[in-house]
Amino acid sequence: MSPITAVRLHVNGVEHSIDVEPRLLLVHALRDHLGLTGTHVGCDTSNCGACTVHLDGRAVKSCTVLAVQADGAEITTIEGLGQEGNLHPLQEAFWNDHGLQCGYCTPGMIMAAAALLADNPDPTEDEVRHGLEGNLCRCTGYHNIVRAVLDAAKTKSSTFGDRPEVTA
Amino acid sequence: MSATSEAPAGGKHVGQSLRRKEDPRLITGRARYIDDIGVPGMLWASIVRSPEAHARIVSIDTSAARERPGVHAVFTGEDMADLEAPLPMAWVPPGVEVNNPDHWPLARGAVKHVGDPVAVVIGEDRYRVVDAAADVVVEYETLPAITDPEAALHSGPFVHEQLGTNEVHQWTLAGGDMEAGFAEADVIVERRVVNHRTAGAPIEPRGVLADYRAGSLTLWSSTQVPHFLRLFLAILLGMSEERVRVIAPEVGGGFGSKLQVYGEEILAAWCSRKLGLPVKWIETRSENMAVAHQGRDQIAYTKMGAKRDGTITAFHVRIVADFGAYNMLLTPMIPSLGAFVMGGCYKIPAVQTDIVGMFTNKCPTDAIRGAGRPEATHMIEVTLDQLAAELGLDPLEIRRRNFIPKEDFPAEVATGVIYDSGDYDKTLDKLLEHVDVPAFRREQEELSSQGIYRGIGFATYTEICGLAPSRVTGPAGVGVQAGLWESAMVRVHNTGAVTVYTGTSPHGQGHETGFAQIVADQLGVDPSVVEIVHGDTGTGPEGRGTYGSRTLATGGEAVFRATGKIVEKAKAIVAHQLEAAPEDIEVTSEKFAVRGSPEKGLTLAEVAGTAYIGDVPVGMEPGLEEVAFYDPENFVFPFGAHACIVDVDVETGKVKVARYVAVDDCGPAVNPMLIDGQVHGGVAHSIGQALYEQVVYNSDGQLVTGTFVNYALPTAAEIPSFETDRTETPSPVNSLGVKGIGEAGTIAATAAVTNAVIDALRPLGVNYINMPLTSLRVWEAIEEAKGGASA
Repeated sequence: MSPITAVRLHVNGVEHSIDVEPRLLLVHALRDHLGLTGTHVGCDTSNCGACTVHLDGRAVKSCTVLAVQADGAEITTIEGLGQEGNLHPLQEAFWNDHGLQCGYCTPGMIMAAAALLADNPDPTEDEVRHGLEGNLCRCTGYHNIVRAVLDAAKTKSSTFGDRPEVTA
Repeated sequence: MSATSEAPAGGKHVGQSLRRKEDPRLITGRARYIDDIGVPGMLWASIVRSPEAHARIVSIDTSAARERPGVHAVFTGEDMADLEAPLPMAWVPPGVEVNNPDHWPLARGAVKHVGDPVAVVIGEDRYRVVDAAADVVVEYETLPAITDPEAALHSGPFVHEQLGTNEVHQWTLAGGDMEAGFAEADVIVERRVVNHRTAGAPIEPRGVLADYRAGSLTLWSSTQVPHFLRLFLAILLGMSEERVRVIAPEVGGGFGSKLQVYGEEILAAWCSRKLGLPVKWIETRSENMAVAHQGRDQIAYTKMGAKRDGTITAFHVRIVADFGAYNMLLTPMIPSLGAFVMGGCYKIPAVQTDIVGMFTNKCPTDAIRGAGRPEATHMIEVTLDQLAAELGLDPLEIRRRNFIPKEDFPAEVATGVIYDSGDYDKTLDKLLEHVDVPAFRREQEELSSQGIYRGIGFATYTEICGLAPSRVTGPAGVGVQAGLWESAMVRVHNTGAVTVYTGTSPHGQGHETGFAQIVADQLGVDPSVVEIVHGDTGTGPEGRGTYGSRTLATGGEAVFRATGKIVEKAKAIVAHQLEAAPEDIEVTSEKFAVRGSPEKGLTLAEVAGTAYIGDVPVGMEPGLEEVAFYDPENFVFPFGAHACIVDVDVETGKVKVARYVAVDDCGPAVNPMLIDGQVHGGVAHSIGQALYEQVVYNSDGQLVTGTFVNYALPTAAEIPSFETDRTETPSPVNSLGVKGIGEAGTIAATAAVTNAVIDALRPLGVNYINMPLTSLRVWEAIEEAKGGASA
């Protein structure tokens, strides 16, 4: 049996202290320990990006980070990005533009897109397409995802001037 | 038509691109997929799978695994001897012998493909059951494997030794005088058309949670077919069907791969009953790539004859279909679905499809988005382009000369299938409004002189949807052991809110939005108060699920009819209340009003209140709730015209899709935004197949493409933006006039892409090439053509 380690995670503005095995993936810490099931698992090789969250302001694939590596870090998940009645511009744009169908890749796609727009608030279509290369979608053919990201950038470019921030 | 004849097309909400009702929960991370669900006391399952393609199981030692802390049990195939039946294969065509060896949730005595399940470990923790599974020691005696279905035709090794053959079945669909057709032909082209094996690859892998307690089973599964699953759970476990409840929660994509009754679903239920505790199994992607049923894998020998003017006189196809190691729910049926539309949208006097199904030591194949129809369309459309080249005819001209004229509909084609409606020239005309072919040809020639190779390819298709008239699909027809009607139940609450229960089971399509639009217009309410409940056998009536682009044409029609009954009853109640004649009551956008006196009327909430108080006409039952079962008279046949423009880098063989234009006709649009979305996804799926994706096994039966690292699902960087448009030719089959759009893009696109690549490469002497059109294959074809030229 692996030793148990205490880990402090600041997730969506809330501090959690959990006891984990060192091998526990961050995505499972979020989902199984903290009940934040909006972050999904779609592969076992870090290809699909369904598990994308923000770790200290950068988009990471949380299946490729150990929970112990995230000790003390600020984490934002889809649940922290925006909620019904207070949607993030990207969430609004995905809804308006039909940027999702089954919705499984969507949280990771939105988190990746948020990081992309933080780095590049006014991207070209080509930049969006290459910027989202790490996130797979089987439903949409990407057409409306790309449109949603471009629309979000157009309508609310000021929102993305800074690194995505956690709102409590 | 009955009471429901007030067609909703062009209503206040039908025809509008409303934002989806589903999305708020999905974009905020609040949806509940299978792995988001837990119940107290839940255990985890991890499955031990075969690393061998074909082997006899000599021994299984589970002792070390059992001793692991937290492990409750380890089971093997022998432990499950009490199953009442093997896994189902539901297609038994009349008069056709189908070899169908037993297939069990855990292997019994032998494994037949990599990933075949051998044992299951049940324990308390997601990670630790995986540790324990690694401690299960299985001794195998390796047997020779066979992976090439054409080699399997003639010799062993045999996947199932007791059969003495690898052949599953032979099936033919033919009509017209084939011999006369070819005798009449001035030109005959023959091609070997390969439709390689692909994965469904929904981004959510499969998963199941089974909770057996006090004689009843509740089972959550990421499935497209909860009712079929319930039926077979009951049969295999020896339970009475009403004691089984299957719930499909939010389902993260299916593409046919979740149209199945899988061993793991039975296994989880069996383990839960055995242990008296809930059991959950969540598939890894590696498992999904090895064992979730795959698609396509058909090698076709096509032969098309035509007169000098391009008139097609006969089309014959012989298909060798690779079914993998076992027949699953519909495996042998899949190539037959293609045979039903093997004439495409053309008037061909003689059409014949001969199918031979083969076992190989590979993952089974079954329905993947399009299911036989993409393969058929590819065979037709690629062969037709080859014929056009042979005759020196323009590929669009040859299509137009052979289109079934719109006056012919409903049109009986050579095979006896009756196409409901069509106007193929109209969709092609619309396509050409978007694509200026003469200008393209000029540009192509200029670029060609600069060493840039650009090509255009077309596909004009029709498909068979609206599954299905039970008289055709049932035991007396083609032999699917199920009527494929659909149901709906509509309940109007005291509040005037409406709950609709549908037997269809979505996994991304937007049923909740589209159905709400239809109901809202019928009842004069806002779609926001119409809730669509789906995917739960414990709530609504018996249903049939979602697949084959059937939802709107069958499920939508059932919803429309059930709501129509509500409308009739509501009119009678309002007439009674207002002392008017029921025929004078009309539904406005706000209420049930007296015609000519819109101020006189009742809202739906007022009608429902009256109905539940019981202040209804004499002899009428109180309440406001209706059920409809709809069994279509015929299939429906969507159609369309697609164009693809590609650039080929002849130095590297790399193909880039520069432009893709799709014009589809699925009848009147309920929600155009949803239609476009389905087309985008379908086309991307087939661009993936045409250019990148391929499930690869080596000759030993080892799976080479076992993860997303080496199975090349296209990313946003490989897929272009799409241009979409529509024509609307109503179907006479249902009141809505609708047809179905979920598979259209998938069905058309491989041929359009392939024809475009060939068009680009013709100046280099490459006149024919099979998918997948990877850089290597294209480069090799170019090099080979060069070699041929210089020789």
